[in-house]
Amino acid sequence: MALLELDNVTASYGSIKVLHGISLTVDEGSVVAMLGANGAGKTTTLRAISGMVKVSGGIRFGGKSIAGLAPEAVARQRIAHVPEGRGMLAQLTVLENLQMGACLRRDREEVKRDLDRVFGYFPWMPDRAGQTAALLSGGEQQMLAIARGLMMRPRLLLLDEPSLGLAPTVVRSIFEIIARINREEGVTILLVEQNARVALRAAVRAYVLEVGEIAVSGSGNDLARNESVRRSYLGY
Amino acid sequence: MATNLLLAVSLQGVLQQIVFGLATGGLYASLALALVLIYRAMETLNFAQGEMATFTTFIAWSLLTYLHLPYWLVFPVTVALAVAGGVLVERVIIRPVERAPVITLVLVTIGLFAVFNGLSGLIWGYVVRPFPSPLPTSPVFVGGVGISYQDLGLIGVSTVVLVLLWLFFSRTRIGLMMRSAALYPQTSRLLGVRVGWMLALGWGLAAGVGAVSGMLVAPITVLDPNMMQSVLLYAFTAAVLGGIDSPLGAVVGGLLVGVLLALVGTYIPHAEDLRLAFGLVVIVVVLVFKPGGLFGHAHVERV
Repeated sequence: MALLELDNVTASYGSIKVLHGISLTVDEGSVVAMLGANGAGKTTTLRAISGMVKVSGGIRFGGKSIAGLAPEAVARQRIAHVPEGRGMLAQLTVLENLQMGACLRRDREEVKRDLDRVFGYFPWMPDRAGQTAALLSGGEQQMLAIARGLMMRPRLLLLDEPSLGLAPTVVRSIFEIIARINREEGVTILLVEQNARVALRAAVRAYVLEVGEIAVSGSGNDLARNESVRRSYLGY
Repeated sequence: MATNLLLAVSLQGVLQQIVFGLATGGLYASLALALVLIYRAMETLNFAQGEMATFTTFIAWSLLTYLHLPYWLVFPVTVALAVAGGVLVERVIIRPVERAPVITLVLVTIGLFAVFNGLSGLIWGYVVRPFPSPLPTSPVFVGGVGISYQDLGLIGVSTVVLVLLWLFFSRTRIGLMMRSAALYPQTSRLLGVRVGWMLALGWGLAAGVGAVSGMLVAPITVLDPNMMQSVLLYAFTAAVLGGIDSPLGAVVGGLLVGVLLALVGTYIPHAEDLRLAFGLVVIVVVLVFKPGGLFGHAHVERV
């Protein structure tokens, strides 16, 4: 069952067209990766889904059209977008960041339970709940951004380059957590990555973007074995 | 013996001036709080804050005079009307220029200044009117220093407003959403926050605090369309001195400015005429030597 469908989506920044008709499908419960070089349109695709850029074409989520909705309206459909650069609420505390994730929810008891579950994924967090997010390391900030997204109790989690600027061991543990979130919470995940190796290992399906178009798509395994993908993105 | 007496008298005199100063400072503090609220929401100064306060105070006066409602009912009703009015002003007038450069916003608020000043004059006229105080002006004496109940109320109300605002911003969900929306509008939208409405709510709160300020000022100066103009200048001074983004700074700054003005006015000959200039001097000195004020964050930007 497709949870998210993009049908011939185009988008521009001013007069410069960045997406030239992207079509992709994200099945419910799956992890899907979007790969590609800088400027290929990966981030713009996520921004298009979240309503942060004007688009034409169809975007359907759970069978309903969400194209043209404002970002806050898309978020209310329980799509959590962890943006490029992590979108830290840097002057707010770790706990306040998490509370902001749940700021629209009225089920207080459930929010409390979700907070405990999130702390289960990130055991370091409770001790640092009172610190401002600005004091966290890059890896911790990425984890907090993901945790904050989880507090929205999302049906779809959009992750924009979760590995950016992080040490390999940190990247590995973040992708382990991403896999667990998908498995244990049943959250569907669409992630954008330049680090193709980890992304292809995590994803059941992947799309490779080149200058605003989808160049190749297939299962994670297929793409890992695809020679041009290997040469361009995996470097061997 | 004689010198001792002189010392005692002047010390008491100084203390008395400080107490007077704290009371007037409470007036500046309350309007400064309103200015800080807007500044935190959109990093601009609302030059119309004082005139909006005057306008709502006239509404309170009408409720008291024509509907003969009791003061303790008029007070909360006026604040509620002011909040609604502030939200409305933001939605109708500020929203179209929300993303405009700061200078545009400032000019719009100066326009609002003229509009509200004119409306007050048009509706209620340029007649000086008395406005009741809920507290008596009879003094209490502590160690030879007198303070009226009314003055105590001025200091008390500003402090209470500060505490309420602090509780609102640190303990409530909406308060957190407002802080987040002001500091990080993009990310906040991705979390589902209607940033525009948070901004409107900020204007509403500021207008509500301003209404409180107007109802404190009016019994002391008498009510007329221009009554808040000098208060606004001292409130700016207070906000800058305290740190323009700090509510605590606004109150401390307001009280300090009140005390400084009282002392300067009493002990420096002919200084009474220089009070307004004194306010501006404080602004310049703070901006030159400590731009962040006493409690604010200095604005550092990479260029």
